[in-house]
Amino acid sequence: MLTTSPAFKDNAAHALKDAGLQKALGKAKGAFLQRRAEAVSRLPEFEALRDVGRDIKNHTLANLDFYLETFAANVERAGGHVHWCSTAEEARAAVLEICRKAGAKTVTKGKSMISEELGINDHLEKHGIDPVETDLGEYIIQLRRETPSHIIAPAFHLNREDWEADFRRAHTDLDPDRVFHERRDILTEARTRLRQKFLAADVGITGANFLVAETGSSVIVTNEGNGDLTQTLPRVHIALASIEKVVPTLEDCVSLLRLLARSATGQDFSVYTTFSTGARREAEIDGPGEYHVVLVDNGRSAMVGTEFQEMLRCIRCAACMNHCPVYGAVGGHAYGWVYPGPMGSVLTPSLIGVEKAGHLPNASTFCGKCESVCPVKIPLPKMMRHWREREFERHLSPQGVRSGLGLWAWFAQRPGAYRLASRIGVGLMGLLGRHKGAFKSLPLAGGWTAGRDLPVPQGGTFMAQYAKRMRNR
Amino acid sequence: MSKDAILTAIRRGLRRGPLPADQQAMLGGRLATHPRHLIPARSRVARPEQVALFIRNVEKEFGTVRRVADAAEMPAAIGEYLAAQNLPQRIAMAPHPELQGLDWDSRPMLQVEARRGDPQDSVSLQHGFAGIAETGTLMLPSSPHRPTTLNLLPDTEMVFLRASRIVGAYEEAWDLLRAENQDARTGGFMPRNVMFVTGPSRSADIEQTLELGAHGPRRLHILLLDDDPAALPAP
Ligand code: SF4
Repeated sequence: MLTTSPAFKDNAAHALKDAGLQKALGKAKGAFLQRRAEAVSRLPEFEALRDVGRDIKNHTLANLDFYLETFAANVERAGGHVHWCSTAEEARAAVLEICRKAGAKTVTKGKSMISEELGINDHLEKHGIDPVETDLGEYIIQLRRETPSHIIAPAFHLNREDWEADFRRAHTDLDPDRVFHERRDILTEARTRLRQKFLAADVGITGANFLVAETGSSVIVTNEGNGDLTQTLPRVHIALASIEKVVPTLEDCVSLLRLLARSATGQDFSVYTTFSTGARREAEIDGPGEYHVVLVDNGRSAMVGTEFQEMLRCIRCAACMNHCPVYGAVGGHAYGWVYPGPMGSVLTPSLIGVEKAGHLPNASTFCGKCESVCPVKIPLPKMMRHWREREFERHLSPQGVRSGLGLWAWFAQRPGAYRLASRIGVGLMGLLGRHKGAFKSLPLAGGWTAGRDLPVPQGGTFMAQYAKRMRNR
Repeated sequence: MSKDAILTAIRRGLRRGPLPADQQAMLGGRLATHPRHLIPARSRVARPEQVALFIRNVEKEFGTVRRVADAAEMPAAIGEYLAAQNLPQRIAMAPHPELQGLDWDSRPMLQVEARRGDPQDSVSLQHGFAGIAETGTLMLPSSPHRPTTLNLLPDTEMVFLRASRIVGAYEEAWDLLRAENQDARTGGFMPRNVMFVTGPSRSADIEQTLELGAHGPRRLHILLLDDDPAALPAP
């Protein structure tokens, strides 16, 4: 996928002025938080399970080579095929090759973030194959030729009006004056439309929430059932998965599943959690005749052993973005690549380079909420700080920031000068803002005051107030 | 080859070569014994409460349950449900011996076809392998006797489930499968497909508001055969 991450600042400014987006964000924000909080409160063991989840993932990552080889051997034992792909190009080629061999014209797709990362749809289209997204949110995103704005709710940025308008535009064979009385009518129209696609498809492509080494299974989690129709009806099933999805056993997998739905949608369990293992067995009367796993690295192995290894624990629940004030203000598209929010701010620079995505780790208030809700306890703020350090070390930060920091460092090492300068500064600001209470704009601080007011300082510097209090004791 | 490139890069990151034999054996042991982790206490209750918890959770997720005292009453219970829901008296049924052995002649108006699911089916009857009380979840493994399409294509899915097959946690359901299933192809226990189903299909993609009946069944109805005297509610 192309990136606009380098333009994060402009993207964000745009997003703040986008009335439709702000309406959608305003409506959706609270729902996720409340549902998650309720689900967590129903399970007293939730906190303890977060430690379990973290430990399972750490154990797996420490032995990742072993578990991947075990997984692949078990897929093959069950009559499936594993395609190891180092890069996005290799993965796209592998998918295309399987589709071509199957003589595919139409390919149905379950929701998959790795598919977005690899740009599978464009690649298939370019080669004359019609990819059809079947998750409701992905479906409308595809109609609009957009990208998902959230990793579990792709159409997070849209309002009901958008759905109705897009359906009228795309489904031209239906009565243009039909009325959508309620959301259900939109859903029913999509269901009918996609049924035909499910039945026509030659190949079904899904993602994978987990891979189970013990059994060679790929696991998908959905509420709609579209992923199951995608992988059950066509002759060929392809599961796309990145290497960090593997877990050792079914027991490990269900422990993580206890965390996933609660953290993501606030359900105790999603409607469909499905384990696929190999192709149709003897005497079975349904299921795909071929089963392929396209196992993708695309930058992950390079994170192993670095300060970003812990990011590979991520189970893509989206709790971090749901709880992020920055995401809540600008939405997902501003981040400019596949993965938004705090997890994206850490992952994107790893996968596409800090030169392109250096703005993202800066888009944080460091409130720490993301880490506190992450079901596998990824220290997201700490890792964003690592990226800031790397960006600075590699001289990627703008000159203004660098000289500002240099100036501050000079004063910070000279307490006398620091106190003098801040006394002058605070005194001056107090004088200037005597009648205002807050600055709407301030020279040298435009970056701050563009989006918010700066309160006028009252009662001298901290050091001066401190000294006064000590004297009065 | 990419496989070697990926494995080599991982090992470089981990600052080691391939795992030595003794460590591989240790990890192999972990796979073979597949130890359980923390299991929530909510399902660790006496049998009657476990079954009650299962039913409560199914209903919380918008499914319905009817307890049936005797297998002989099953066809009538099915016919009555269809009538009450205004559905046709016609079902696509899993070709499972236990379902085929029910006394369908007692309900001559009910048309029963043992086969996979088809797109035009309005109602299916699946054979439930296990129920999981923890979240009101059904375990539906695929087999020639349990076609997956019956879980997906019809508007209404009915599932036959014995109360004796209700367990507390997911781990216990895996243990049942491990003990009872033997796959000719792999020599292992894992069937091609195992679905965990919790309530009927739904979506919250339109304005994050829940709507039932996305791509899968709009209704999920469980026919619970009370075959376990220890699991009956106290009189
Ligand atoms: S970083 Fe944690 S909270 Fe965010 S998506 Fe990944 S697992 Fe969920």
